[in-house]
Amino acid sequence: MTESSHDENIELMTYAEVVDVKGFVGNFDVTIRKKPRYVDMTKCTGCGLCIEKCPTKVPSEWNLDMGLRKSIYKPFGQAVPNVPVIDTEHCLFFTKGRCKICQKLCPAGAVDYEQKEELVTKKFGAIIVATGFTQFDPSAYGEYGAGKFKDVITGLHLERMLDTSGPTGGHVVRPSDQTEPKNIVFIQCVGSRDESKGRPYCSRICCMYTAKQAILLKDHYPETQSYIFYIDIRAAGKNYEEFVKRAQRDYGAIYIRGRVSKIYEKGNKLIVRGVDTLAGRQVELEADLVVLATAVVPQPDAIDLAKILNIPYDQYGFYTEAHPKLQPVESVTKGIFLTGSCQFPKDIPDSVATTGAASVRACEILSKDELVLDPKVAFVNPDICSGCLNCVEVCPFNAIEPIVINGKTIAQVIPTLCHGCGNCASTCRTSAANVQGFTDDQIYAQVASVFEILKKENFLELSE
Amino acid sequence: MSYLNSQDIHQFRNRVLALNGEDVSRCIQCGKCSAGCPISPEMDLQPNQVIRFIQINDPATVLKCSTMWICASCQTCSVRCPEEIDIAKIMDSLRKLALEAKVPVGEEKVVKFDEIFLDSIRKRGRVHELELVMKYNLALLQPFKDAHLGPVMFARGKLGILGHKIKEVRKIKEIFKNSRRIKQSES
Repeated sequence: MTESSHDENIELMTYAEVVDVKGFVGNFDVTIRKKPRYVDMTKCTGCGLCIEKCPTKVPSEWNLDMGLRKSIYKPFGQAVPNVPVIDTEHCLFFTKGRCKICQKLCPAGAVDYEQKEELVTKKFGAIIVATGFTQFDPSAYGEYGAGKFKDVITGLHLERMLDTSGPTGGHVVRPSDQTEPKNIVFIQCVGSRDESKGRPYCSRICCMYTAKQAILLKDHYPETQSYIFYIDIRAAGKNYEEFVKRAQRDYGAIYIRGRVSKIYEKGNKLIVRGVDTLAGRQVELEADLVVLATAVVPQPDAIDLAKILNIPYDQYGFYTEAHPKLQPVESVTKGIFLTGSCQFPKDIPDSVATTGAASVRACEILSKDELVLDPKVAFVNPDICSGCLNCVEVCPFNAIEPIVINGKTIAQVIPTLCHGCGNCASTCRTSAANVQGFTDDQIYAQVASVFEILKKENFLELSE
Repeated sequence: MSYLNSQDIHQFRNRVLALNGEDVSRCIQCGKCSAGCPISPEMDLQPNQVIRFIQINDPATVLKCSTMWICASCQTCSVRCPEEIDIAKIMDSLRKLALEAKVPVGEEKVVKFDEIFLDSIRKRGRVHELELVMKYNLALLQPFKDAHLGPVMFARGKLGILGHKIKEVRKIKEIFKNSRRIKQSES
């Protein structure tokens, strides 16, 4: 991240979002909303004095509400750019009109409460979508008691606790009484592979991070014992199977094949009731901490962004690639590429690999003066177009735009956006819209010649 | 319903490991041992289930099952195990542990047979078939079970009345003595 911020060919626009995309491959007009961070990026030196002296404390989103942050803050230590932002919802100046400590103390004079939101429109040749994922809300499983029992947490919570710069400084503790847990139960596939929760897919990362966490726990706290309830262990990757075996053999993690049915509290312990299908019997465990491996789900606003970008998405909200095997990083919309878990759950090596592939595909477009396109695209005959613009409505790729010629509005196809699906041709009432190579006249001629041949070979009589 | 012993879940695994060097935590529960076992239909727990119960620290279930007593030690499981676990060896250790624990043995007949068989060997250096059959059937309280086979086998010279004895029975007795001494020094 830091490296990209220093590269002269990369302009980072953080704390900003895409609000509109117009145009087509090689020629996108992207409107970006730059949110005000109330700190002048050109002046701020990143000394952190404002953060230190800010009097307000609010739950830290980065630490999943397990720790506190200030109202002027950076999400995490290594955040790029090294410039804080003011949270106007909690800042004393923005809520009550007093304080201003950060402005008074800032040695660079970078704090600027007057900053306004900015809309910028820029031209781009290609777009790479890498908006990532979020985690499934486990409170959908009432029987697991996430949200109700303090000591039922998610894998991400444990990950934050294991981080030495995290909310507990690297110590794993029970959220209820801050004591170290002895028996830790991991539950896999919480939200994944569950038709009843509408997510039949495998989240792909949980098997491996759970094995990693079990190893780390045993490493940091040799007294702990991990139990992992799973349906299948999906360790498909280089050295993955060996890694899971290490967790089992060298770190003594007990893998129990079966789902957990219920978790309930008994004293200060959690009783986990599950099944060991390999032993063929129910099991109950006394756990100090339960860690849920929650499913990978798309960002809540993934579909909104898909509509802005005009790219297709699946029933879950993951963006769809142009071809699952041959065009895995291309979106159906030309010039827009997909990478990371916004497409489907991916682990780090897969995300890095697809990012490399998507970047190269984007560079390929930028390195050429001219693009070669499929000739089978639609066109509108301007002489007979009635200007009803029904075709504009039915085009799934926004490839038809109205233009005015001699005071008359007619439709015109943007060939770079068109995929030649033929929706416009079948909708057009005047037969003005046609697909190159598949005009009405050409299709009639083909049908006529087929009948000629059939007649010549006496097939028509035979079939009667 | 059974509670897993969360005090020391690896206790039984480690005991088996110390006894014969076979680590059951390697087992991936593929089931190939049970798939190839020629006598698995007779067992109350399949070989892979036995390994599973060692993994989840349930000696009570393992030591009273019939599996290790029915096991013929043919070693098909050991040869075919993808994790190279010597399951037949584990079965052997389990027999030992079951006898030590003095739990009701899953297959009483087998234990009786083994005792009588070894007794015969100890005395003569070779098995005395007639004695073995009679003692075994008496022990099972069905003395005439195989009586109808006796005359036929006798006529064909398959059963000797007195039985054979090897030349140096003393050496056999020494083997028995030594093995007992090893066992005592172990415990």
